[in-house]
Amino acid sequence: MEKLRRSMLFMPGNNPGMLQDAAILGADSIILDLEDAVSLTEKDSARILVRDAIKTIDYSQVEVVVRVNPLDTEFGPQDVDMIARVKPDTLLIPKADEEEIKLVDTMLDKIEKEEGYLAGSIKIIALIETAIGLATVYDVIKASKRVVGVLLGGEDLTSDLGVSRTREGEEIFYARNKVATACRALKVDSIDTPFTDTNDYEGLAKDTAKAKSLGLTGKSSINPRQIEIIHSVFAPTEAELKHALRVLEVMKEAEKEGKGVCSLDGKMIDAPIIKRATRTVEQGAKLGLIRDEGGAT
Amino acid sequence: MKTILGRELPAYIEGYGEVTPFQGAFSDAEIKTRKAVKLTSVNPTDRKVLDNLEQVFDKLNIKDGMTISFHHHLRNGDHVLNRVVEGLAKRGIKDLTVAASSIFPIHEPLVEYMEKGVVTGLVANYISGPVAEAISKGKLKKPAIMQTHGGRARAIESGDLQIDVAFIAAPTADTYGNINGVYGDAACGTLGYAISDAEYADITVAITDHLVPFPACPIQISQVFVDYVVQVESIGDPAGIVSGTTKITKDPVALIIARRAAEVIKASGLVKDGMSFQTGAGGTSLAVAAELKDIMLREGVVGSFASGGVTGYLVEMLEQGLFKTLFDVQCFDLKAIDSYRNNETHQAMSASMYGNPHTKGAVVNCLDIMILGATEIDTQFNVNVTTGSNGMIMGGSGGHSDTAAGSKLSIVVTNLIKSRVPMIRNEITTITTPGESIDVVVTERGIAVNPRRMDLIEKLRMTNLPLVTIDELKIMAEKITGVPKAVQLLEKIVAVVEYRDGSVIDVVRAVD
Repeated sequence: MEKLRRSMLFMPGNNPGMLQDAAILGADSIILDLEDAVSLTEKDSARILVRDAIKTIDYSQVEVVVRVNPLDTEFGPQDVDMIARVKPDTLLIPKADEEEIKLVDTMLDKIEKEEGYLAGSIKIIALIETAIGLATVYDVIKASKRVVGVLLGGEDLTSDLGVSRTREGEEIFYARNKVATACRALKVDSIDTPFTDTNDYEGLAKDTAKAKSLGLTGKSSINPRQIEIIHSVFAPTEAELKHALRVLEVMKEAEKEGKGVCSLDGKMIDAPIIKRATRTVEQGAKLGLIRDEGGAT
Repeated sequence: MKTILGRELPAYIEGYGEVTPFQGAFSDAEIKTRKAVKLTSVNPTDRKVLDNLEQVFDKLNIKDGMTISFHHHLRNGDHVLNRVVEGLAKRGIKDLTVAASSIFPIHEPLVEYMEKGVVTGLVANYISGPVAEAISKGKLKKPAIMQTHGGRARAIESGDLQIDVAFIAAPTADTYGNINGVYGDAACGTLGYAISDAEYADITVAITDHLVPFPACPIQISQVFVDYVVQVESIGDPAGIVSGTTKITKDPVALIIARRAAEVIKASGLVKDGMSFQTGAGGTSLAVAAELKDIMLREGVVGSFASGGVTGYLVEMLEQGLFKTLFDVQCFDLKAIDSYRNNETHQAMSASMYGNPHTKGAVVNCLDIMILGATEIDTQFNVNVTTGSNGMIMGGSGGHSDTAAGSKLSIVVTNLIKSRVPMIRNEITTITTPGESIDVVVTERGIAVNPRRMDLIEKLRMTNLPLVTIDELKIMAEKITGVPKAVQLLEKIVAVVEYRDGSVIDVVRAVD
């Protein structure tokens, strides 16, 4: 079963204490950051620290993602070369565009061959945070088979667009729609931008709910205390689960009886409803909210 | 000679005396006695108020080798202990034993008096700061005696700890010796740690900076125990009286530990009407209280009491109706002091009522759930809160052993690794609390239940909590940190760790 990416937690790559505890903070994925969280003078030491952390610490409970520096800086290629050799699950590529993803893909092909890793085993998440990246997001995802998701970077994107970032987030409405749609079309995950006020839990819940309502599948986070709220928003509610289970049950009955059409509580159950119910039940199963036999716990 | 936990102890320790090795938390079942108190009656025309400390010293006839006692309600703001010892040192008194319920960094001047032989003995339940370091380095002539809060009350009442003069810092005292802790500049709330001292010392002196006409109201320590009253300019600095650790932590790892601990409590089945709870004032402990509060509110549970050192957080729980009463031995912050002054369901308890094992039942015996800390834990669940991983004294039991022994469910909450040091060891530097009293160790990486508690293991197996053995926890930590080298300590015994019943559970040796 594929792992969920409801939450992706950024952790500075130059902080040994945080690297040590990163796996136990509850996030589905951790993003060990070599880019914005690390000052220019610490780039080399952080790279070595993150490499050694991946080699030493048991991160088997989480997806390990490393955000490398942009490939057009002196650090980016060095990051990819050193980090890929200890085989993180995924690389997060900043300021992603089609060309950059292709470049990383080629580098990873070479490293995987040299290290004897299965070809294509290191995945890529594209960080969409420029106007060009957003405008071409579909092609960015298609640029490599390794791309398993897109992370929307609201701060840099709005800066590139020359607009202000607000608590309500209307300025990234289009970006969220566009990323969600492209990702759904290509069946990869779409991860929302972090909510940066770490003391505003109500704002976080609203912002996460908005992202979910627009079709994004997860949210990045800059503080472990945000994880629980993000998960609670992305988890199907008990009522949603119960309804979904009933839909599937009615459908099975109808199939048994050879009926083409069925209904629940007076409403017709058609293909999109069944598809949604299936997705909800699958998610519930991944989260351990449902027993295998299908009853909600 | 060995304790039941396998610690090798000498039969006799110079400066301490004969050693009774620890034989189990409830091994001491004989009939006990309380000591008879010597007293001089105060007659109708006698005056208790003296003009200054010098007059007090003139009256007292303090001699070399005497034991003087203090309470620690003024914590790191206390001026009284230093003033008294300084005054006696000036008079050339030597060889004093200071029996203070706790010693804090503010008591640094004691180090000089230890070096000069003015103070040669120390009895306390908790010692931190420069005095702790000086003891560890062997600067105190006799081994310090480290007791528990309940054990100190027991020692005083039995006569094991004979106090010649008790100097009671009194936030408010009247002219006939009635004392309370709720009014005055140095108000500290309850005075639980001073009660046995006042009642059992040969002479009791109230030192106050808020002298009021007779009678004071309320009265927490009665005139019948107090010989003299003296007014000084200041008994303490209010900023140091209020503990700094009364806020819930924001540390994500500590919050995970707290959440897990609360889930363990819930799974134990103890969260129900009439439950009782105690936790310390540290950030993680308070976070457990916060998690427990959510569970109690969600399930509509009304507890019987919360106890111990009381913080504003417990007061809020009382005010929200989550507990019917608080048993308060010591107030940790201003909110607790206000509440104790104004709310009659916020009750005081003495250290003896709190944890003395040789009474007809201490409050710890009525406690369901206790949250504890640790500096080291061994694979037999024995806990060290006395020394740090470098072997230096940095605390002491306080109420740790008392509450662990009394409560139905004692949970140690700790990071598995602190500053690169693994918390679980094969052998710990000092045993403060025996593993038989510890039920669960909750860390961010796993939860270990004492195999003595199969009932609890069964219950936790029904949950999704990460249940492991204590050996597995140890291995998890060592995978990251490696196995630390044992600290090299000297032969010299610098402190004797007394269990609450007065037996010796361990000794502390000097550091290089």
